[in-house]
Amino acid sequence: MASKVTSAVMRKGLRVLGVAIRAEKVVFAAAVLFSSVYGGMTVASAWAMGWAAENVVRPAFGAGDVTTGVIALGTALILGTAVLKALGVAGRRYFAGVMQYRMQARSRRGVTRQYLKLPLAWHHRHPTGQLLSNANADAEAAWAPLAPLPMAVGVIVMLVTAAVAMVITDPVLALVGFLIFPAIALLNLVYQRRLSPLATRAQQLRADVSEIAHESFDGALVVKTLGREDQETARFRAKASELRDANIAVGRVRGLFDPLLEALPTLGVLAVLLVGAVRLESGAITAGTLVQVAYLFTLLAFPIRALGWVLAELPRAVVGYERVEAVLSATGSMEYGDAALASGSPARLEVRELSYAYGDFRVLHDVSFEVEPGRTVALVGPTGSGKSTLVQTFVRLVDPVEGAVLVDGTDLREVARGGVSDAVSLVPQQTFLFDDTVRGNVTLGLPISDQEVWEALRLAQADGFVSALASGLDTMVGERGTTLSGGQRQRLALARALVRGPRLLVLDDATSSVDPQVEAKILSGLRDAAATSAASTVVVVAYRMATIALADEVVYLEHGRIVDRGTHDDLLVRCEGYRNLVTAYEREEAEREALESDEEINA
Amino acid sequence: MTSLQGVERSALATVRRGLSLTPEFRNGLAGTFALAVLATVGKVIVPIAVQQTIDHGLRGPVPDVPFIRTVVVVCAAAVILTALCGYLMNVRLYRATEASLATLRVRGFRHVHDLSVLTQNSERRGALVSRVTGDVDQISAFMQWGGLMIIVAVGQLLVASVVMFFLSWQLALLVWACFLPLMIALPRFQRWLSAAYTRVRERTGDMLAAVSESVVGAAVIRAYGSESRTAERLDTAIDANKSAQARTQLIVATVFPLTEIVAAIALAAVVLLGVRLGVGGDISQGDLIAFLFLITLFVSPLQIATEVLNEAQNAIAGWRRVLGVLDTPPDVADPGADGVELPRGPITVSFEDVGFAYPGGAPVLHGVSAEIPPRSRIAVVGETGSGKTTFAKLLTRLMDPVSGRVTVDGYDLREVRFSSLRERIVMVPQDGFLFDGTLAENVRFGRPEATDAEIALAMTELGLADWVEGLPAGLDTPVGQRGESLSAGERQLVALARAYLADPDLLLLDEATSAVDPATEVRLARALEGVTRGRTAVSIAHRLSTAEAADEVLVFDRGRIVQRGPHAELVAEPGVYADLHASWVSAARS
Repeated sequence: MASKVTSAVMRKGLRVLGVAIRAEKVVFAAAVLFSSVYGGMTVASAWAMGWAAENVVRPAFGAGDVTTGVIALGTALILGTAVLKALGVAGRRYFAGVMQYRMQARSRRGVTRQYLKLPLAWHHRHPTGQLLSNANADAEAAWAPLAPLPMAVGVIVMLVTAAVAMVITDPVLALVGFLIFPAIALLNLVYQRRLSPLATRAQQLRADVSEIAHESFDGALVVKTLGREDQETARFRAKASELRDANIAVGRVRGLFDPLLEALPTLGVLAVLLVGAVRLESGAITAGTLVQVAYLFTLLAFPIRALGWVLAELPRAVVGYERVEAVLSATGSMEYGDAALASGSPARLEVRELSYAYGDFRVLHDVSFEVEPGRTVALVGPTGSGKSTLVQTFVRLVDPVEGAVLVDGTDLREVARGGVSDAVSLVPQQTFLFDDTVRGNVTLGLPISDQEVWEALRLAQADGFVSALASGLDTMVGERGTTLSGGQRQRLALARALVRGPRLLVLDDATSSVDPQVEAKILSGLRDAAATSAASTVVVVAYRMATIALADEVVYLEHGRIVDRGTHDDLLVRCEGYRNLVTAYEREEAEREALESDEEINA
Repeated sequence: MTSLQGVERSALATVRRGLSLTPEFRNGLAGTFALAVLATVGKVIVPIAVQQTIDHGLRGPVPDVPFIRTVVVVCAAAVILTALCGYLMNVRLYRATEASLATLRVRGFRHVHDLSVLTQNSERRGALVSRVTGDVDQISAFMQWGGLMIIVAVGQLLVASVVMFFLSWQLALLVWACFLPLMIALPRFQRWLSAAYTRVRERTGDMLAAVSESVVGAAVIRAYGSESRTAERLDTAIDANKSAQARTQLIVATVFPLTEIVAAIALAAVVLLGVRLGVGGDISQGDLIAFLFLITLFVSPLQIATEVLNEAQNAIAGWRRVLGVLDTPPDVADPGADGVELPRGPITVSFEDVGFAYPGGAPVLHGVSAEIPPRSRIAVVGETGSGKTTFAKLLTRLMDPVSGRVTVDGYDLREVRFSSLRERIVMVPQDGFLFDGTLAENVRFGRPEATDAEIALAMTELGLADWVEGLPAGLDTPVGQRGESLSAGERQLVALARAYLADPDLLLLDEATSAVDPATEVRLARALEGVTRGRTAVSIAHRLSTAEAADEVLVFDRGRIVQRGPHAELVAEPGVYADLHASWVSAARS
């Protein structure tokens, strides 16, 4: 964990800064230019003060009078340097901000582009929270040092100018500066090295606390129904206490170094007064010079800390940058061929010796079957038998580890980008709705007429509740579709697939939350549509008999292997697992009746 | 009350109420404050040293080096002393604020869990999380930086002004005259900034929502080939955020350096007037030079003022939101120690003329009366929206009835201690929420003291041993965030096992096996029955196989129980149940 300011981290950090500078040359140049003006003018304003003290104040008090011209010049110097300095500050701040925000946006665009490009298998390996933080906190941390960077460059200009000015003014007084300012810089470095790991730890704990709260509130119903509030509070309290202690540790270091960093330049000014008095005694300097150098010290005390700010941000920046880079350089993005799939008629699906594994854990073994155009096949199997994984390969959400999925004889991996989703639509088990209107959720941005949308909604039995919504198709469905019931959301997801008139329609237990009566209507609608020209080849994952009965053929899976395939009637006769599964309710009823009659007999 | 409302309060009252909840902060606050004042005095050491040196050390033709040395040594000692005060003040401040805010966090967290389901659902989850994270952080940021800065800045201005008036009231007035317009304008600048920051926050929120949609909806986006549309939406959100940030930065960059210009005007004016006064003999040279240093003390307080005011505003807003949670009474409250403790054993639940309506909504249950005898199997059926889930929530006291009452063994549910109630009556909701951990850890959530052997035994009793064995690491298989590594059906299996292990006297299943295959469902139902001899089981299901097996079926229609009785009786008479059953049979067995 790169949380300390080590030389390796420094080198990496400087490289990160280099990347930003190369990417935003013009903005950086502008920021540095303004910052240099600021740096130069800070020193110049001290010099103007000294000049005014020497040429305006002292003569006035000494001789009792000064000429108007000198007063005017003194005033102009003070005001002029201040205006230029203010201009420098404004430009520096603005361009530093612009540079930082541009780089953040650049990283965010790159990272989210990768999210869209990388295969689903990659998404499965990375928790949602991590991906969100890559695009948000990490992109921010990576470029955080850009905010103080131009100021730090300006401060270097300031220090060099000040050093030169002081050496010219009086080398002995300059010596005080050469002792004090490196001491401040050194103290700052020690400060940041001590602070950095503590701050990183506090940051991590803050994320942990948030994680617990998120999870616990998401599972609030479970916590409540099982009466586990005390345990959950204890879990949260433990993390919150860790965070408290980590924050106090940060505070201890801050509390020590902040006053020290403020005291050091003040001691410097006092040293200047003492040394200056001695120099004045020997006639080496004037009182004006003394004032000027003392004033310069008070002006430099604060900006010099900017060097420390950049250093402080570097370790976090390196971590953030590396995380962002890890996403950007992630490989395994899906390769596309250039084959096109035909359009219009129902597709032919062939699954050839397909195997799939999550990591080392194999969930599908050597699965082969084909579905002729226009036919409907039901995939049936117990919970956890690999059905959902299998149907994901049909739309290339994942690629098989071995074997292939072919549509009309073309391996899906050879189809051009976008080609598969044009031909095949999957309605997944978990409904996902976008924070968009009903129309937007059905069309997903395709140019589809409202009439076609209503047609699809009607087929999905969703036209009724959609027309009852306040703004019809223009109703916003809210974050993750929370304003709708589970069954309503599933019907919208179904309409989304149907509206595209897919050549292969894949339904993964897509009507589980729909009332049986409504489901029956959906199924009969699909059956009617199958008789028209808009027919699709259909693969359906189902438990319900009515759904299975719609199929021309059944493929029965257990533990990721095809156990049997054939018509429903054939399988009922010859496949025991299948029979047990689909007739579970009847058998149960029969057994119970038998049991009850036994009891009656016994009684 | 169903949403987080809290009480309308002024800023001061908010702070006072907030502090009263966190006594740790007030302990020793006076000492911390005294140290802060001492630390602030350190700021005027330099101007005073300069003034003394010039007026007394450099008055004669030759500098009075011994005098200057004394001044420097005394001042250096003062600097070190005030730095020490600064250190002590900081440590005390961090300790007090962190301790008090940790308390506030935990209180808020606990209170969210104590709120009723209705109140919890009236807020977005993310908003509730913010109440115990971001909002508290905002308060802490203010207490440790902004609040301190206000003390330091006001102190600095005050001490500097006092010294100024002591040196020359004319020049002091002049300095104030220069800075006063800026001070008056500051609140306006702060309003601009605050509006700009709000815009940035909104744009950032939009951007995060877009990013999260693209990650959570990854499968749908790929399945429907809408990558380019999503990319456009993302770019728009990211760029809007960037533009809002840049606009805000422009305001900051313009306002911030204004103080420098005003300070320069003050410097020039002081020199001009100072020279005249000096000629008249009203002030000394050292007084005038000291002024030049004192003016610099005005710069930093005013430069950071807008930011401090902004933070103060955020902190107050954060505090209001946290108090909004804490002041929302848990409307379904635990009677606590005064409540009834039920002995374990068979349980009788009665609904006595129960009515319910969601706040501001039409009634959803009307005069429901029902008796659930011990050791019975009850099925609750009805179409979506018929009131069966409301019935379940009242039975488990996730909500309280608007009229009538629900009793358990003769006691009103409202009188029963939560710890006792949650042990006796457990509900398994449809969405089997799992925590990020292993399968065993999730099952153990039902009974924290259960051993691994007991968990394994429970899985065997439920007929799930085969399934567990087929998982990559058996009971130690990680289920992923929110259980996402498992299928929907598998998550329900774990949720069921969790409730089973809790071993309640009444188990309520709210479509708890809707995504499980029929054979497994039947096996589970039988297993639950087998061990539930002695236990009451209430099931809500749209698969009517459950109803067929029940002792009694309660048929809900439009908020009323319209039919009740065993399946065989109900299915024989024309009515709601016969229709439901017919359509289920045609779906399940055609």
